Amino acid sequence: MIEFHLDGRSGVAPYMQLIHQVRQALRLGLLREGDQLPKVKDVAAGLAINPNTVLKAYRELEYEGLAAARPGIGTFVTSTLGDGSLAAHEPLRRDLQRWLAKARRAGLEDESIEALFVSTFRSASEEGTA
Amino acid sequence: MTAVLEARGLGKQYGRLWALADCTLSVPAGHVVGLVGPNGAGKTTLLNLAVGLLAPTTGIIEVLSGPPLARLARIGFLAQDAPVYAGLSVAEHLALGAHLNSRWDAGLARRWIGRLNVNLDQKAGKLSAGQRAQLGLTLAMAKRPELLLLDEPVASLDPLARRAFLQDLMEAVAEQELSVVLSSHLVADLERVCDYLIVLVASQMRIAGLVEDLLVTHHLLTGPRRDPATLPAEQQVISASHTDRQSTLLVRTRRPVLDPSWVISRVGLEDLVLAYMSQAAGPARHRHLEVQK
Repeated sequence: MIEFHLDGRSGVAPYMQLIHQVRQALRLGLLREGDQLPKVKDVAAGLAINPNTVLKAYRELEYEGLAAARPGIGTFVTSTLGDGSLAAHEPLRRDLQRWLAKARRAGLEDESIEALFVSTFRSASEEGTA
Repeated sequence: MTAVLEARGLGKQYGRLWALADCTLSVPAGHVVGLVGPNGAGKTTLLNLAVGLLAPTTGIIEVLSGPPLARLARIGFLAQDAPVYAGLSVAEHLALGAHLNSRWDAGLARRWIGRLNVNLDQKAGKLSAGQRAQLGLTLAMAKRPELLLLDEPVASLDPLARRAFLQDLMEAVAEQELSVVLSSHLVADLERVCDYLIVLVASQMRIAGLVEDLLVTHHLLTGPRRDPATLPAEQQVISASHTDRQSTLLVRTRRPVLDPSWVISRVGLEDLVLAYMSQAAGPARHRHLEVQK
């Protein structure tokens, strides 16, 4: 079982934060197929958030095929994330390391590197969704 | 979906002063509704009208599809500062609740009080503000209401007691088929618990709607200085500020904003509410102008 937390200042809607945390837990193997997600009532009481917010997050996860509700019992993980791509992580990490070394040689500081990465990532994903 | 609270042309006048004027709204069932506004906006008046403690001067208010006084058995109400009988013990409050309410849930009352760590023999007058609020919520919940009305339930509580109160409330909402209307001037608290919002300012209702809906229909636009009057008709300007070169506008619109000269950002609930609240602060702008002279 995982425990949710909320960042009130992140600007990300609470239901999205819950979804991100489930996805993250799936990627890291903290949640596996068949695991039960925390009960709506417990999440609502624990975080002092509206139960509809939790329900919305769980419905979205169901829609994505990551979870399924069993009436009267709870919501369960039905799929894993990232297993297939795990093998690709290592070579990609090496590419990234090479790129980082290149950026440092070019005189970029950590903050500039981060800003460059984030802005490139954003514009690339915006193009991807447009 | 049926309405738990419905008002048409509702107004309440004290002498020459309107505490609430021409209020028309319909709150659907199954939500936690935040009633926000500055002090003196009319929040308490609206809640008191909803439980029949006040009679309207104009218009109609219906609760659970009927007049408030005919619905009292199905409404839970916690007045501001959670009044209790100071001379009665906690146990006597529960006994009183059991005698006065036909649908009293003694098990729930015991369970909730049990979590409070209070001596049942303690006089209610000796409880802390947080314990008093939770005793009040316990009494209101144990009558198994369909609609729970809470007037500034967390305003006088410290952050820890406030969190504990809201946790209990959210658990109750998850467990029971319950609609809640709670008033507050603390927007940050409402952001987590409310999924429907009513903004009252200076005895007028400014806006009401699903939080999700409000967030997607409001946009913050920044760009070169521009007269708000030149915006497309479907963009309603909620607030505007200008420097000599730049304009920042909060607009409400159902359609996407296509003008490329604007940088569009999302608005948080707190900023949105504050924009509606300061919209009414007309005199403040005049003061500002006077100072500039």
